[in-house]
Amino acid sequence: MVMLSRLGLDSSSELFRELPSSLRMSRPLALPAALSELELLKTLKALADGNLNLDEHPCFLGAGVYDHYVPSVVDHVLGRSEFYTSYTPYQPEMSQGMLQAIFEYQTLICELTGMEVANASLYDGGSSLAEAALMGCRASGREEVLIARTVNPFYREVVATYLRTAGFAIREIPLDESGAVDLDLLAAAAGSGTAALILQSPNFFGILEDLEAAGNILRRRAPAASFVVSADPISLALLRPPGELGVDIVVGEGQVLGNHPSFGGPLLGIMACTEKLLRRMPGRIVGETTDAEGRRGYVLTIQTREQHIRREKATSNICTNQALNALAAAVYLTVLGKDGLREVAFNCCWKGHYARERFRSLRGFAIPYQGPCFREFVVNCPIPPAELNSALIRDGIIGGYPLARHYPEREELRSAWLLCVTERRTRAEIDRLAEAAAAAAALSPVFPSPEGGTVLENDL
Amino acid sequence: MTETGTLRFSKEHEWIRVEGEGRAVIGITDYAQKELGDIVFVELPSPGDSFEKGDGMAVVESVKAVSDVYAPFSGRVLEVNAALEDSPELVNRDPYGEGWLVVMELGEPGELENLLTGEEYARLYPTDAGRKSDG
Amino acid sequence: MKTIFERSRSGRRGLLIPPCDVPEVELDSLIPRRFQRGAPPALPEVDQLTAVRHYTALSRRNHGVDSGFYPLGSCTMKYNPKVAEDIARLAGFARLHPLQPAETCQGALALMHDLERYLAEIAGMARVTLQPAAGSHGELLGLMIIKAFMARRGDGERRRVILVPDTSHGTNPASAALAGYRVVQVRSGPDGDVDIEDLAARLGEDTAALMLTNPSTLGLFERRIEAISGLVHRAGGLLYYDGANMNAIMGISRPGDMGFDIVHFNLHKTFATPHGGGGPGSGPVGVVRELVPFLPVPVIEKGPGGYYLDHDRPLSVGKLHAFYGNFGVTVKAYAYIRSMGPDGLRQVSEDAVLSANYLLSLLRGHYDLPFDRPCMHEFVLSARKHKELGVAARDIAKRILDYGFHPPTTYFPLTIAEALMVEPTESESVETLDAFAEAMVQIARDAVTNPEMLRTAPHTTAVRRLDEVAAARNPVLRWKRRDSEKGEGA
Repeated sequence: MVMLSRLGLDSSSELFRELPSSLRMSRPLALPAALSELELLKTLKALADGNLNLDEHPCFLGAGVYDHYVPSVVDHVLGRSEFYTSYTPYQPEMSQGMLQAIFEYQTLICELTGMEVANASLYDGGSSLAEAALMGCRASGREEVLIARTVNPFYREVVATYLRTAGFAIREIPLDESGAVDLDLLAAAAGSGTAALILQSPNFFGILEDLEAAGNILRRRAPAASFVVSADPISLALLRPPGELGVDIVVGEGQVLGNHPSFGGPLLGIMACTEKLLRRMPGRIVGETTDAEGRRGYVLTIQTREQHIRREKATSNICTNQALNALAAAVYLTVLGKDGLREVAFNCCWKGHYARERFRSLRGFAIPYQGPCFREFVVNCPIPPAELNSALIRDGIIGGYPLARHYPEREELRSAWLLCVTERRTRAEIDRLAEAAAAAAALSPVFPSPEGGTVLENDL
Repeated sequence: MTETGTLRFSKEHEWIRVEGEGRAVIGITDYAQKELGDIVFVELPSPGDSFEKGDGMAVVESVKAVSDVYAPFSGRVLEVNAALEDSPELVNRDPYGEGWLVVMELGEPGELENLLTGEEYARLYPTDAGRKSDG
Repeated sequence: MKTIFERSRSGRRGLLIPPCDVPEVELDSLIPRRFQRGAPPALPEVDQLTAVRHYTALSRRNHGVDSGFYPLGSCTMKYNPKVAEDIARLAGFARLHPLQPAETCQGALALMHDLERYLAEIAGMARVTLQPAAGSHGELLGLMIIKAFMARRGDGERRRVILVPDTSHGTNPASAALAGYRVVQVRSGPDGDVDIEDLAARLGEDTAALMLTNPSTLGLFERRIEAISGLVHRAGGLLYYDGANMNAIMGISRPGDMGFDIVHFNLHKTFATPHGGGGPGSGPVGVVRELVPFLPVPVIEKGPGGYYLDHDRPLSVGKLHAFYGNFGVTVKAYAYIRSMGPDGLRQVSEDAVLSANYLLSLLRGHYDLPFDRPCMHEFVLSARKHKELGVAARDIAKRILDYGFHPPTTYFPLTIAEALMVEPTESESVETLDAFAEAMVQIARDAVTNPEMLRTAPHTTAVRRLDEVAAARNPVLRWKRRDSEKGEGA
């Protein structure tokens, strides 16, 4: 009211006089009426209660989002509103907190991956992989990207969508009987037209890929191509960092580092690369510098790569990223520290193998892929996995992910289930899962006779 | 500062100094480096690369601006100024001397005829003019 | 301030991991040694209190909307309601796996389904997807949809040009290039609106679409939008709406009614979800009926058995996020829309436009105003007169920091010399706007009487002006131990 009268106006509608009357809404928006905070909380609580949550139900789903423990400290730091209500740190003198946190995040990602430089984050593991593929195309001047079918199928879809739009080709490399990419087929496919090779390790089935061997093949057959690896950051506490294996670009899903599953987003796209590729890297980068009095400080740097300066010639169109999720990752890695992250990784590995052996010894179930695995593994089930999942929900357990939809060509995956075991799962929960699955399979009218299909061959 | 009287200029702010035997040195003008501000990175072609007149052959960057450098005539790159990799500020400090960008093979000498003389260039871009900011 | 690595001391830790309750097998028997890492990654080793103090100290060196006024043009830095943060952290939202069977996440699917419909109503679109994780992700999706639609229509091969005005956000041409299009710029006229003749001359058989922001990035309503829409459509092109400035028109005018075919929303601008220091955002995309089949998979449908995710969409462009986008952000936007209701949203836009006009009235005369028209939710000033005194827009922005305000957006749009783009939002009180105007007027005076003080600003912040040239010339992009620190910690 004060503002209106000082402007000498009767109503704010006068401020909209430049809008043609034909374009002004003549009715109110058809939306539900406003709620008070109390009503809002009740309404939203009811929607939240319409879901089974991972705090109350042991969950064996992975496939890109993982149920790792998020320490209390992480959410408390993220709750500092100086962080979460700030914009991109374009005014560095007023944004040193976020800039330093991201600088530390970049350092942590370099430590984990063994790469020389990391950016401040991209949207998620899938879009990071797509951006890496595009980097490979531009760096090599080639137009065909090779991607293993052992890469997460959701990521493959994202990569295909990006590349199709940008006019590049994609070729998928099948897997071998161990559940890893078929290196012979890779060698046959790689050549002078190859822009990039994309592998994931641990791969979608939880199996470790032989990155060293694949990298050697690529260097020999397609020296211009970029070697892109999607890596799980927690597994890197135990596994050889891609930076030691001649990898050019490392991407990954950083949700596992202190971010809740949140129904699949917000996630955290990790990207790190060699110094040589720095100027082709998309996204923001924080650098160290000094202020007018010689004190250490941080700024966004090498910004000429970015859309707000280079417009149609930018390395990517990304602007808003996942800064707060990167902050969560930095806090997570700080609180767990050198020993803590290693212990989490050991726990995943031990519990994953314990669960795999538990299912191997279960009548009617089989383990098709025998390669070394980290936290996830494939189980062949005597009844369709979706039916198993329904049965398990009645026991309060959220089961695994059915694979058939993504691999129609694989006989052994027709009734396959991808299970994931993080450090949050206890031995008792794993045993309960195995027992409930066995019981559900036994009760099922479609429980197969011994000649009932390939699914049983490995096992009995 | 190097004598600029013998140079030719393009409207896109390149200078060209013919060195005889079909060689010409190319850089960006004092006006251009001042417009850009502190140069932080120079992306150069590789010796052996060929360009048609008007092709983008190098990129000069300040903190918040990017400028393409266009081939002022068609030809092959013979040498590049490797010192700019570590010291891009040479372009600011000595644009007509140590801050040179590339040496190109001069294919058709006739192409130089369309370039501006120092006087013509200075009339188009007086160096004391108000500076546009680089953002 | 020290980095977390400089606070590290060997052997310290911030959290205990539960003892393993399954057999602890020798690692070599599970993973071949050649796959194993030699030394563990050099992560920090600090106790929990040290970690908390470190991040608390960092937060105090950061400015958010909760710290003070943030009139950053084009970014809509409005108040982020606290209750939305609480809601997004409910276990029933934050602790959900995206691949849970549909019957175990009906509440989440219902929320997404309803939010899609609310957004469609607000923009006048037929259908919305929540998948894009940010505005520019939405732009890319919009262009993918245009490409797929035209390929199917049969003229995709020749429609290779995306038109953008010279005032457009940098993301517009960058997204178009990423989608494989050629970008052609359209001039704006002397009144700030799109130059219709220039547009007409550039439209043709090769036009795929025109991307527009309305109100424009100059904070002005594009008055001839109906004529523009007619021209673009007659040329066989589509009209794309960049939703960055939607805060000016909610409940007042709808992009769909203006003739736009595709719209992206910035939930982190218009719908009050926090910017998070740069993200996460959320950039839903709405489309008209003809384009619905091209939306990314999966789409949420409602059947007799409840809500479900439909992956079987043969014309879909595909997928551009591993799952369904930034669900946690969309929860907050849903909460915002439910708490505002239809009248509240309209009031938001009216108040945002009123605040901007009020602030503009206080600054008119002290700064150059390139277009003296009623502004919408933001306005653009020029410091070109101050530049003649040796004070750049950058110096003015740095001096604003000393008053405890975040500066306006500077040097954008690119068509305005020494631009300062101010967006106060509806959240701010008249007292705050008065105080900011007073500071801006004082700075304009100081530009005359004490330009050196402005050129050396800021004077009171945690650090003084930072050397961006040195940062770019010699990139230091990660912390490394210096020799003097050897022997300490990790």
